[in-house]
Amino acid sequence: MTEQSLWSVFVQAALVNNFVLAYFLGICPFMGVSTKTATAVRMGGAVMFVMLVASICAFAIHRILIAVGAPFLELISFIAVIASTVQLVEMFIKKMSPTLFRQLGIFLPLITTNCAILGLALFQTNKGYDFAQAIFYALGAGAGFTLALVLMAGIREKLELADMPDPARGTAIALMVAGILSMAFMGFAGLGG
Amino acid sequence: MSTDEFIKGLWRENPVFVQVLGMCPVLAVTNSAINGLAMGLATTFVMLMSNTIVSTLRNFIPKQVRIATYILIIATFVTIVDYAIAAISLDLHKALGAFIALIVVNCLILGRAEAFASRNTVSDSILDALGMGAGFTLALLCLGGVREILGSGSLFNVTLFPEGFEPWIVMILPGGGFFTLAAWLLVINWFKVRKAAAEEVTQ
Repeated sequence: MTEQSLWSVFVQAALVNNFVLAYFLGICPFMGVSTKTATAVRMGGAVMFVMLVASICAFAIHRILIAVGAPFLELISFIAVIASTVQLVEMFIKKMSPTLFRQLGIFLPLITTNCAILGLALFQTNKGYDFAQAIFYALGAGAGFTLALVLMAGIREKLELADMPDPARGTAIALMVAGILSMAFMGFAGLGG
Repeated sequence: MSTDEFIKGLWRENPVFVQVLGMCPVLAVTNSAINGLAMGLATTFVMLMSNTIVSTLRNFIPKQVRIATYILIIATFVTIVDYAIAAISLDLHKALGAFIALIVVNCLILGRAEAFASRNTVSDSILDALGMGAGFTLALLCLGGVREILGSGSLFNVTLFPEGFEPWIVMILPGGGFFTLAAWLLVINWFKVRKAAAEEVTQ
């Protein structure tokens, strides 16, 4: 797997094995923030940045822990690094754009518990990617997450106006839409392989 | 009173069907009933241990760093569970894959630590963890059961249907996870709407 080209790593992570729709990672923000397209784009940007930093750190941590001979500390170190990165992003956004800070609300600190980011760190370690591949993997995963989020937000903006039976309103219909999106993304199978 | 802490997690405040928390493992590992059961038990164990420890230490953990502390406590137990499952059954460990490690970021566990264990006694916290864990496991079984029956025509690896049954492949693929959960939510919401309507009539 290690001789995969950078482009194929990117396409695989963004489309074929989309983090949200194929691996079910990061479902909470996917359901929570995907009601307005503009917010969804910015949330995607924040997640992508955290992913990139987390991926670089995870690569370094993995090497160090292997060298020290303490692989069982991996999970704890990963989560600590992710938590501090999210803190950093939170302070940055609060300073740069208070409006965006309010829009993202509770979901900003919750990026820490976004499984997509820890999942990224774990998957890249399992797959044994080298440094450049890890960076492209993180970029692809971030792009895929943003894509799924924005698509979903676009559909949900229309859904607001749709006529449907009462029990289906809210989460149930959103999950059904996600299911259909997920099936659509299966059409990318084999791409970039 | 104490049994109430247990029951509420199982039904009234069911973590999956009512609170819609911890969705990632719910959708990802439920392509068969046995995977769902294992995941539910692992999560319950982690939640039980983290609730106990958080509740014991609730007067010693400084407010500012509480979330980081909770996550470290949770990560410790998840590492233990990860190694334990690998020792018990390597096949199961392979099937669940990275999702065992991802129990760390299950919002349900952190949510219970923050919302319940940090302000209640140890015995109440243990009951709460057991109830929530049971509710979570039940929900995973419901999803895993439906997906396995329709997607592979079996339940707990026991074939249910005769030769001619054509499995619905989509149910064990990612899309099926979303559909099954949506269907369960629909059924539960439908009951709620009906109950509310019935109460209105009697009043």
